[in-house]
Amino acid sequence: MSWHGIGDFLHMGGYGLYVWGSYGVTLGALAVELLILVRRERSLRRLRAPGLGARPR
Amino acid sequence: MNLFRFASPAAFFPVAGRLAPWFGAAAAVLLAAGLYVGFFVAPTDAQQGEAYRIIFIHVPAAWLSMFVYVVMAGWAAAGLVLNTRLSAMMASALAPTGALFTFIALWTGALWGKPTWGTWWVWDARLTSELILLFLYFGFMALTAAIDDPRRADRAGAILALTGVVNVPIIYFSVQWWNTLHQGASVSLTKAPSMAATMLAGMLLVALAFWMYSIAAALLRVRAIIAERERASEWFKEAVA
Repeated sequence: MSWHGIGDFLHMGGYGLYVWGSYGVTLGALAVELLILVRRERSLRRLRAPGLGARPR
Repeated sequence: MNLFRFASPAAFFPVAGRLAPWFGAAAAVLLAAGLYVGFFVAPTDAQQGEAYRIIFIHVPAAWLSMFVYVVMAGWAAAGLVLNTRLSAMMASALAPTGALFTFIALWTGALWGKPTWGTWWVWDARLTSELILLFLYFGFMALTAAIDDPRRADRAGAILALTGVVNVPIIYFSVQWWNTLHQGASVSLTKAPSMAATMLAGMLLVALAFWMYSIAAALLRVRAIIAERERASEWFKEAVA
């Protein structure tokens, strides 16, 4: 497949709204889920830092 | 090595943390490759023009929505029969990601349906049973969240998940059983795929990427669930101290 420049690529043969609407929402949704999970993971790691939830042993 | 050792949340917690980034990296590489093939290698469709390129996420997302449900129900069944805590936690860890792929399948289907069928939505057998799948995921998540005692929540959720499995073959065979709008399968195990090889390659790469992504997401989420439930236990206190 050869596209004639970026404009042609974004135009998607007249179906740009449908194609990019699909890809945008899909990649956006996956990115948001990943962000939430990575934030939770960071808060788990923070439990390990001294003074933040660590108990004297 | 006895793999059943990892059925213990204490043993699995660090393993999940180490494995998740690798599955995430594999997902990113496969997704990049799949999208490259989908947009720059696969030819324009003779009938649908460029609109068909939605296939590269629509079909993989739909596959994963069903596959994740079956895996989730499998973990739920294991938890119910063997009474292993980690199995139920894995089921809970998979549900939101499965629901996400179900939503993506419905969303991209609507955006593909509008230019090709002339409608965003019809009460077609395939579309309706996929929507029921989304409600099964929501039902599982709501039910397990609504019961305070985690072991009772796990059992109730497991029974709901197992009952809902009946919907998966209904989705899969709906295009054969009912002659409505959604097209039949282009890819099946019994006959050669009815599409160009490069189109198939792009679709399979994205399907693998979504698969790896689901594993990474489930591993990260199961760590959060373990932390939440085992916060008071000795091993967890020692692990984070």
